[in-house]
Amino acid sequence: MEMLLRLKNIGYSYHSLKGEIPALKDVSFDVHNGEFLAIVGPSGCGKSTLLSIIARLINPESGTIFVENPDGLIHYPKIGYMLQHDHLFEWRNIFQNVSLGLELKHQLTPTNIAYVNQLLASYGLDEFKEKKPSELSGGMRQRAALIRTLAIKPDILLLDEPFSALDYQTRLSVSSDICNIIRKTGKTAILITHDLSEAISIADRIVVLSKRPGTVKCIIPIQLTVTEKTPMESRNAVEFRDYFNLLWKELES
Amino acid sequence: MNEIVTNITLRKAQVSAEQLNFVKSHKKYHFTITLSRWIILFLFLFLWEISTDLKWIDGFFFSSPKRVFLCLYKLFVEQELFLHCGITLFETLISFFLVTFMSIFIATMLWYSQKMADILEPFLVILNSLPKSALAPLFIVWLGTGMKTIIVAGISVALFGSIISLYTGFKQIDKEEMKLIYTLQGTKKDVLTKVVIPGSVPLLLSSMKVNIGLALVGVVIGEFLSARRGLGYLIIYGSQVFQLDLVITSIIILCVIAMGLYLCIQYLEHYYKKL
Repeated sequence: MEMLLRLKNIGYSYHSLKGEIPALKDVSFDVHNGEFLAIVGPSGCGKSTLLSIIARLINPESGTIFVENPDGLIHYPKIGYMLQHDHLFEWRNIFQNVSLGLELKHQLTPTNIAYVNQLLASYGLDEFKEKKPSELSGGMRQRAALIRTLAIKPDILLLDEPFSALDYQTRLSVSSDICNIIRKTGKTAILITHDLSEAISIADRIVVLSKRPGTVKCIIPIQLTVTEKTPMESRNAVEFRDYFNLLWKELES
Repeated sequence: MNEIVTNITLRKAQVSAEQLNFVKSHKKYHFTITLSRWIILFLFLFLWEISTDLKWIDGFFFSSPKRVFLCLYKLFVEQELFLHCGITLFETLISFFLVTFMSIFIATMLWYSQKMADILEPFLVILNSLPKSALAPLFIVWLGTGMKTIIVAGISVALFGSIISLYTGFKQIDKEEMKLIYTLQGTKKDVLTKVVIPGSVPLLLSSMKVNIGLALVGVVIGEFLSARRGLGYLIIYGSQVFQLDLVITSIIILCVIAMGLYLCIQYLEHYYKKL
């Protein structure tokens, strides 16, 4: 598989007057084009910091990220970032919320607006365009947040526990919903989660991080015997339990 | 979607007895509240009038509703009523608008630069806790005895508290909401215009409610010291010539103005919530 990003020896620490807290140390792995990568690890192991570094919201203190685009040009891939909460603004209607990214970059061209409308239509939010976010259910709000992320046509999607704020039942259906959408678009995605079953059911490969300071313990490719790789189907695969135990052991050790 | 629609129609179709009961008791509660308020007001006016009529208290010092009404009528006939009210109202509104714009501007600057905010913090706190009436004599020397002094006095009372409350509110904006703007490749200016300002509208409205009252306080203080017109002037004039009816009438008019201004902002708030 083609490589998109190569992280090499990434390190990052948080500084306060009380001292230095190392969050990440020597983190290295590749991100392949078109794959769904999950990152799991104990809480506080620097998962979110790692995503912020990949999104270039913060700069790593050591290490480098190499870029290799399929088109052979050297430019950083466009990042779409989905946060834990949808953060839809109540003072904007759904259309204004999902087109926020385009608005910020002054790219509200007719073509882009048509694209946003098409996204809204294909993910069933067409008739909610003029509605306020509070009028939508939790699942619909996450969809709107996803559309907001997709509207800027990112090359890589970063998902920072986007389902953890939902209750269990909604979580299952929303995560499979969102993941099916992402699979269909064929985008590269990196998902952070602390839910092992979620990671196994969604990802192609799982990067396991150690306790703080986070470093890569192992990378587990997931091969499930299912007809279609949807999160719901995957949970029924025979290998599911084995992967779960393997991940559990890796995290415990 | 279909499910939601049917649910709503169902709810409309069958209003249960419990629901009717609830609506009834809700209405009753609010009726009692309004009624009690009027009763307290009339009871107070009645007792006031009775106690002066029966000479329990001296009407010369304490006035009475009847005397207030006569005084009001006299002011109206002499065409002074609207002049004084108008002047005070005008000065208050000017100070209020200036306070609002200045405090939004300065709070935004402070939000933009953490360093500037940290440097200026002690000065703001001192200026806020300083009794502003102490400054009024200075304003007179610096700015003369005109409207300028009075407006500046109005501003000085409200401005610093307003800056501090707006800045504190701006700082409380969710870090994750700010992160969202950055993940969409926005700038700090975008965080300000897309998140901080629109997210602070309720705070702004509640700070406006406080400001309008404080601006009125400052304006009246200013009028005490340096005016020839306005309700503050009427109060001082009335006390100097021992026309206490005039003093109390002016105070009552101030009450009405304060309430009116407050209601205006509350209406604005109501309108915003409906939006």
